[in-house]
Amino acid sequence: MATNLDFKGLACPMPIMKTAMAFKKAASGDVFEIVSDDPGFEPDITAWCSETGNPLNGITKDGNLIIATITKK
Amino acid sequence: MSTDTEVSSQAQALEERIAKLEEKNGNLTMALLSGDFDKAMGAFIIANGALAMGKEVSIFVTFWGLDVIKKPSFSTAGRGFLEKMVLWMRPKGPGKLPTSKMNFAGIGPKLFNFMMKQKNVEGLGSLITMSQEFGVKIIACQMSMDLMGIKKEDLIDGVEVGGVAAFLSESYKSNTTLFI
Repeated sequence: MATNLDFKGLACPMPIMKTAMAFKKAASGDVFEIVSDDPGFEPDITAWCSETGNPLNGITKDGNLIIATITKK
Repeated sequence: MSTDTEVSSQAQALEERIAKLEEKNGNLTMALLSGDFDKAMGAFIIANGALAMGKEVSIFVTFWGLDVIKKPSFSTAGRGFLEKMVLWMRPKGPGKLPTSKMNFAGIGPKLFNFMMKQKNVEGLGSLITMSQEFGVKIIACQMSMDLMGIKKEDLIDGVEVGGVAAFLSESYKSNTTLFI
């Protein structure tokens, strides 16, 4: 089961800050589904994943929502 | 004349040195000289981004930048006339900073803060607090503090005091250094 993190309405840099906070407390293998309506979220979360080494399983879009699925390494 | 073993050990030593040079830690050092609201926002957004990516971040705060990390109010007792005058004329803390453009005698920052709230952009004070929770190292410039009569107690908690060598030492350990 993926943990859902709803970051709708938050502007840069808050979505990645809150992601980092959630990942700090998580255990290896935990899966997160992160929802944001910040247009910059897609490049930001992609960069965050590649820099921190947490695998980005996929990004989907639903209207103005961007949903990223990430596993904690 | 080098023997084969000498050549291969030299090659190995060189390879190790190259590996060390190519090693990137992604750590970030900043020199924050500006006391402008917009520039301080930029500095602390970049700092928080790097911290979220798990990097070490140091910010050397000097000259007008000290306005950004001042407590909202403090007593100027025991300071000289000129020091008192400078402290009285300079803004204290993130809530009082001017913007570098469209300041309009202090109306600009109020307008920007209102627009930031409307668009749910995090305020400067909370960005500073968050960076501290993430372990940012803030080094206040000793010389600027002495010059303007600023004491360590006038600055927010958790700030270290240092000089140019402290800044450079942080910078040499980082891959990126920004001057703001």
